[in-house]
Amino acid sequence: MRIQCVLAGLLAVMLPCFAPAQQDTLKEIERYRLLLQESNPAELYEARGEELWKTRRGPKNASLERCDLGLWPGVVKGAYVRLPRYFADTDRVQDLESRLVTCIVTLQGFTPEEARRKAFSGTGAPMITTDPFSGVGQPSVMTDLVAWIASESRGMTIAPSASHPKEHLAYQAGEKLFYYRAGPYDFGCVSCHGEEGKRIRLQNLPKMTNAKDAQRAFGTWPAYRVSEGELRSMQWRMWECIRQMRFPELEFASDASIALITYLAKKAEGGTFEAPAIKR
Amino acid sequence: MKAKTILALALCSIGVAGCATRPSDSEAERAVAEMIKTSFKTRGQATVDRLSQDDAQALCSLYRDQPPTGFAGKIEQSQTATIRYPSSGKLMGDWREGERIAQSGVGKQFTDAPTRPAGGGCYNCHQLSKQELSFGTIGPSLYQFGKLRGSSEAIQKYAYGKIYNAEAFSACSNMPRFGRNGVLTEEQITHLVALLLDPESPVNK
Repeated sequence: MRIQCVLAGLLAVMLPCFAPAQQDTLKEIERYRLLLQESNPAELYEARGEELWKTRRGPKNASLERCDLGLWPGVVKGAYVRLPRYFADTDRVQDLESRLVTCIVTLQGFTPEEARRKAFSGTGAPMITTDPFSGVGQPSVMTDLVAWIASESRGMTIAPSASHPKEHLAYQAGEKLFYYRAGPYDFGCVSCHGEEGKRIRLQNLPKMTNAKDAQRAFGTWPAYRVSEGELRSMQWRMWECIRQMRFPELEFASDASIALITYLAKKAEGGTFEAPAIKR
Repeated sequence: MKAKTILALALCSIGVAGCATRPSDSEAERAVAEMIKTSFKTRGQATVDRLSQDDAQALCSLYRDQPPTGFAGKIEQSQTATIRYPSSGKLMGDWREGERIAQSGVGKQFTDAPTRPAGGGCYNCHQLSKQELSFGTIGPSLYQFGKLRGSSEAIQKYAYGKIYNAEAFSACSNMPRFGRNGVLTEEQITHLVALLLDPESPVNK
């Protein structure tokens, strides 16, 4: 790239060679992303997740086949695109991952602590053993389940529930959190996701208040991330953004994480769900 | 908390939004306050007290980064007062050091070693030198910053102040207040000033 740049510069006598060089780089990245779509290791996670859903585990030696993800106990098809939603039994708005914690506790008899930690094991991103995410060579029950359940909504329209007052409240709280600036860098979600067509380095940033951007963002998580060699969920996406914002750690399946996901899901309403996707 | 009280008083006194907020809105505010308390935990250097906002952060959050003129002026005034210039009086450091600081995006995350100095992460958001193609666009291009403006003392002071506390010049700017928040040292900032203004810096080539 640089050699081409220098040559072009010599030939054209000081012609600014910067812009074309960068366009080439961006085009290459886009081509790489398209190539990636051809084979997605997320399929392995999906297969394991389906198996886990049906496997008897825990002190109660039960499967998750009676888990209510919002449509009806045991119904997985189309469940993801209707989440987050209010659940009467917990009196909470829940996203998929917090709902799975509930099912793992009530149906299989694990403690909430185990459901959040040991049951998911793994080294997680980026280094701590108690993180609820999978790490290299250490699959996570949660991540596998999420991959399969999400895949059962592929091609469907994103349509989160929004009829219960608590769903409305979660949305409003999520919106306020989106604009909440704090910490040593003064960052909020809005710092990177408030304007259209911006980048960090060469990474394009979705503007989350823009329907098209939000639909693409929400509709492509969970995703297999090539750079990490792992499948990552929406809870992980929130956790990782919050880490980079220099905030303290966002608790897995916490109310703040669910409020943010509720806000994003609503912004993405009407989009097509295409996850588990594959990303750089 | 203090910031909230000031906010409420300020809102009432100038009647921006009236004193009565919709019940649903205050309910959401209470929910957020609760989430800030219960959904985060201290990890490494990222302690939970990072979530308590100073007045500027609280105002910018409330107005979604678009404060009314009166508030913008007040923020800029209070932030200008925070700027500390080096006691040596020397504002231009070494542009080579500045380039390293501009390239580095580490610092202050709970995964960063607290003893390691933070970088400025400048390329994350700005174009600087012509050679570096991997730059972000959240901030304006700074390529040829010094070539276009010269390196007079006034310009040096401006560049130093802008990096020290961007909100002194532009309320609710997206740019971190690197000096005011103790992310970069005074010396590191002088190196960045040199990166921007030194005629030998790749920024001005």
